[in-house]
Amino acid sequence: MLNRDAQLSAKIFADDIEQTPTRDGFGTGVVEAGRADSRVVVLCADLAESTRAEWFQKEFPDRFIELGVAEQNMAAVAAGMAAAGKIPFIASYAAFNPGRNYEQIRTTIVLNQMPVKICGMHAGVSVGPDGATHQMLEDIGMMRMLPGMTVIAPCDAEEARKAVITAATTDGPVYIRFGRAPTPVFTTGGTPFQIGKALTLFESESPQVAILSTGSLSYTALVAACALSEENIESIVLHIPTIKPLDIEAVLGVVRRAGRVVTVEEHQIAGGFGSAIAEFLAEQHPVPVRRLGIQDQFGQSGEPNELLEHYGLDALHIENAVRALFKMAY
Amino acid sequence: MILTDEQVHALEKKAESIRETIIQMLVAAGSGHTAGSLGMADIVTAFYFHILNHDPKRPDWEERDRFVLSNGHICPVLYATLAHAGYFSKEECLTLRKFGSRLQGHPERMRLSGLETTSGPLGEGLSQAAGMAYAFHMDQLKDTTCPSSDDGHVVSFNHGRRVYCVMSDGEQEEGNTWEAAMFAGKNKLHNLTAVIDRNNIQIDGMTEDVMPLEPIVDKYRAFNWHVLEVNGNDIPAFIAAVDEAKAIYEKPTLIVAHTVPGKGVHDIEFDYRWHGKPPTAEEGKRFMKEIRTMSGKVPHEYA
Repeated sequence: MLNRDAQLSAKIFADDIEQTPTRDGFGTGVVEAGRADSRVVVLCADLAESTRAEWFQKEFPDRFIELGVAEQNMAAVAAGMAAAGKIPFIASYAAFNPGRNYEQIRTTIVLNQMPVKICGMHAGVSVGPDGATHQMLEDIGMMRMLPGMTVIAPCDAEEARKAVITAATTDGPVYIRFGRAPTPVFTTGGTPFQIGKALTLFESESPQVAILSTGSLSYTALVAACALSEENIESIVLHIPTIKPLDIEAVLGVVRRAGRVVTVEEHQIAGGFGSAIAEFLAEQHPVPVRRLGIQDQFGQSGEPNELLEHYGLDALHIENAVRALFKMAY
Repeated sequence: MILTDEQVHALEKKAESIRETIIQMLVAAGSGHTAGSLGMADIVTAFYFHILNHDPKRPDWEERDRFVLSNGHICPVLYATLAHAGYFSKEECLTLRKFGSRLQGHPERMRLSGLETTSGPLGEGLSQAAGMAYAFHMDQLKDTTCPSSDDGHVVSFNHGRRVYCVMSDGEQEEGNTWEAAMFAGKNKLHNLTAVIDRNNIQIDGMTEDVMPLEPIVDKYRAFNWHVLEVNGNDIPAFIAAVDEAKAIYEKPTLIVAHTVPGKGVHDIEFDYRWHGKPPTAEEGKRFMKEIRTMSGKVPHEYA
C-alpha cells in the first residue's frame, strides 16, 4: 500500500492528475530561492524559455545573466561569481551542461569547491522528437564520479522545486537533473524532501522484490508495483532522488527485507543510478539485481511515451522484470 | 603614478630574488615549468609589490583585488612571489610538487590560502575572472541604489575592487578563452584587466608555427576590448599600462605583455624546450649565478 507518511497526492491514480515537466519545478523553485537570498543568480546559455530560467529573469532581471551559446564559459563564469560571493544556478540542456562543459565543472567548480548549482535540462529519452543528440543519458554517471558532488534526480515538478530551494542553501556544488516532458505531479507540499534521503512510496506486508528508482520513472515504478500487488507479487518501491550521497540505510533496509532488487532509471545502466546501487550492494549486501535503464545505446526521435516503451521503461517492462526476479529461485 | 628610481630598483631586485627562488624550487621539485615562470617574474612582482590592493596576513579579506592565474603551470612564479610577499615562508617553496605539499604541481585554491582559484587546464581563467568582475559590478550597482546613497553619491565599499587575469599566449588557442572575451566585451567589464604573457612559445614549438595567434591585438579589439602592448619585462612600463587600464571606463583592458621566456638566464631565453622542464642541480647553480651576475645589468629605460 501507499506510504501515508509520504503524503502523496490524493489524485495519485486519477486520470486528471496534474501533468507538469520537472523543469517547471526549476522555474518555480529558483524564483523562490531568489526571493529568499539575494545572492542567488541564474546563468543561462540561450535557452531561457525552455529551461524556465526566464521565470527568474522576469522577477530578477538584474540577477539573470545571459551567456549566449557558450556552456563552457557559463560554468567557469559561475565559478568566478561564486568566488565573489554569489550562489549561481547554471541552466542548459544536460547534453551540454554537463555534457559539453564537464572539464570546467570538474576543475573550476568541484575541485575548486564553488557552490555552483548545475541544472541539466531535457535529460533522458523522454525529450522526444529532438532525438539522440539532445537526449542526455550519461549525466548521472559523469556527475556522480566527481568527488564531493551532490547528484539529484527529482521525481516530479514539486520535488524538483524543493530540490532547487534546498540546493541554494547547501554548501558546495550540486547537480540536478530535469526532464522536458510533462509527468504526473504525485508528491505534495507535505511530502518530505531532504538531500541524501530516500522516500518509500509503496510497501507490501512482506515484499519479495525491492524496486529502487530515481527521477520521474519513480511514478511508473509505483504504477507497476500496484499492478503487481493485484497478482499477489509483493514489492516495495523506494524512490531515491539523491543518487549521491546515497541513502545507504534506506537501501539496506528495503533490500534486507525484500532480498531482490530491480533498479529503474532514464539513463545508461552503466555508470548511473543502477550502477550506484549495484556497486554498493555488491560490497555490502550481495543480492540479485536487475537494472532497467538504457542498455548501452543512444536514443532516437519519437514521442516520449513510445520511446520509454521502446527502451523498456514503461510500467509493463518494470512488471515483467519484477515477475522474472520474483520467480527466480535462489 | 610615476615610480621613483628607488622604487623601480627595489622592484627589480625583488624580481631577481623571486627568480632565484624559482630556480631553487624547480631544482628541488625535479619537474615543473621554467621558461614561463622566469619570464613572468617581473609582472607578478609588479602585481604583488605594487599594483594589487591585498594583505598577506588576511588572504580572505573581502576588499582585496583578485589575481587569477589562468595558466596554472607557471605557478612557481606565483608561489615564489606569494612567499616573498609574506603569505607563507620561503622555505615552504622547496616543497613544490612534493607529497603532502600545499604547493601542488598546478595551483589548488583549497590547499593554499592566497590563491584565488584552481587552475592548470587552460582557457578557463578569463571566464572565472570575468565572473568575479561581473559579480563585483552587480554589487556596486546594488549599492548605488541603497538608501544611504539617495543623493546619487556612490557609497559602495567595494568601489575599487579590481580583477586581474594572467593568461598564456598558448591558451588563446582554447575556444573557452574567446567565449570569455566575448562575455567581458559585451558586459563592458572595466574592472577586469587581462594580461597575455606573449612569450611566443608553447610545448610543441613557437605559437605561430603550432597555431598562429596573430593579429592578437586586433582580435581582442574586435571583441570590444581596450588593448595595450608593453615590454613585459619592463616593470615601470607594465605598471603604467595597468594604470591606463584603470582609467578606461567603457571596456575591459587587455595588456599584451611581450616577455622573454626564461628571462634572466641567457642560455635558455627563447628556447621552447624549457617550457616544461626544470634545471638539474648543476644547471640550477649556473642559472643562479647568472641571475646574480646580470643583476643591475638588465637595461631599462629609467635606469
